[in-house]
Amino acid sequence: MRAFWAVVKRDIKLATRIGGDAMTVLLFYVMVGAIMPFAIGPDKVLLAKLGPAIIWISALLSLLLALDRLFRTDHEDGSLIAMSQAPLPLEMIVTAKILAHWLTNALPLIAATPLLAILLNLDAGQTLLVIFTLLIGTPALVCFGAIGAAVTVTIKRGGLIAPILILPLSIPTLIFGVSALSTGAIETAASSALLFLAGFTLLALVFTPFATALALKMGAE
Amino acid sequence: MSKNASIDPTPQDLGFFSRIAHPGHFLLWSKHWLMPLTIISVALLLFGTYLAFFNSPADYQQGDTVRIMYVHVPNAWLSQFCYAVMVMASVGSLVWRHPLADVSAKAAAPLGATFTAVALATGALWGAPTWGTFWEWDGRMTSTLVMLFIYLGIIALWRTFEDQARAGRIIAVITLVGAINIPIIKFSVEWWNTLHQPASVFRPDGPTMPMSILLPLFVMFFGFSFLFLLLHFISMRAEILRRRVRALERRNAQRLREQHA
Repeated sequence: MRAFWAVVKRDIKLATRIGGDAMTVLLFYVMVGAIMPFAIGPDKVLLAKLGPAIIWISALLSLLLALDRLFRTDHEDGSLIAMSQAPLPLEMIVTAKILAHWLTNALPLIAATPLLAILLNLDAGQTLLVIFTLLIGTPALVCFGAIGAAVTVTIKRGGLIAPILILPLSIPTLIFGVSALSTGAIETAASSALLFLAGFTLLALVFTPFATALALKMGAE
Repeated sequence: MSKNASIDPTPQDLGFFSRIAHPGHFLLWSKHWLMPLTIISVALLLFGTYLAFFNSPADYQQGDTVRIMYVHVPNAWLSQFCYAVMVMASVGSLVWRHPLADVSAKAAAPLGATFTAVALATGALWGAPTWGTFWEWDGRMTSTLVMLFIYLGIIALWRTFEDQARAGRIIAVITLVGAINIPIIKFSVEWWNTLHQPASVFRPDGPTMPMSILLPLFVMFFGFSFLFLLLHFISMRAEILRRRVRALERRNAQRLREQHA
């Protein structure tokens, strides 16, 4: 376990010091969310209605943007190969990297969500709910992103290919994440959506490290 | 390359599958399948088209537009069957590292994308007169659209790799991840919104359609399935030959460089 936390600490350090740009993702997230009203119009009622969806889409896009950093630099400077020779199984290393990536990329987004919520005219209850669903749902997004990052890590000019692979796989998370926010007559549907979201995240946490590690091994040969 | 060098003789003590799955042997035996498969699929499709147009009733509500079904349903079935073929091939690439499995997976992806696109297009054309709209965000249409996106993503991934052997194994991983996800996506999308008619062919209490509709449907289904098999063989053969051409070109370039060095 010490090796596991060492990998987590190392990745957090790399992301927060000079050269690691965890803050850019945060900036992108706020900007995407803030640019939506320019397209929709300054209608506060409409914005409040669309707000949760806008926040979820912004989070999804920001996490997709950040995903390339998960393995790319470690692959290029060879530390990924060094890590794969460690006594700690590659699946655990991948899990550590996913955890660190979530802490440095997804968590700041969630922390900045109240800011977006004010801009989009959400009330306090809605804001808390959005934060709650993001906390539950974003690990699944990062997990599937890890598969996409691992699959494309050996491609030099991958560009948009990882997001193209990941976006269809993110649909269940998006559906359940946004459905969990609906209120009114379908409140029971909302709570079951929340449970589905949690279940999907747990499933992703269990099986994506294996798939990611397998893709990394196949790419390293 | 001489003919003998291109077809490495496989030791006869290998198992049946190893022998038929050897790329060189595959090129040999699949050649004899192309013509019969062409004849079978053309005959079935012609017969099915005849039945669909002249020997099946028009729907009492939808009129003649119901005949779109005979193209729409087989393509929708095949859009999922192609993915199943890719999944089996991916297991082959990951477990046995079989080069023919890579070729099979790669050849099936564009076919699957095409069948899915045809299913969507015919669905839209059918929807316009009956539902009054080309597109409806209902469960099955939406998950078919997502299926098309997955196919296109996998095709795009094949095109970005230079080393096709490595690509085969990596894409096998993402294909299997997709296989786990497709039922979840299907479920979540249907949960999200459902308007489509419930399944009416395969049900425990027997099909709800009369024989006059089922017969052309099954003939068309087998026609399109044989068409898939035929196209799959053709594109697998093309892919094997393409790889050989690339290998030859590389060898040639190497020789030229050595001559000039």
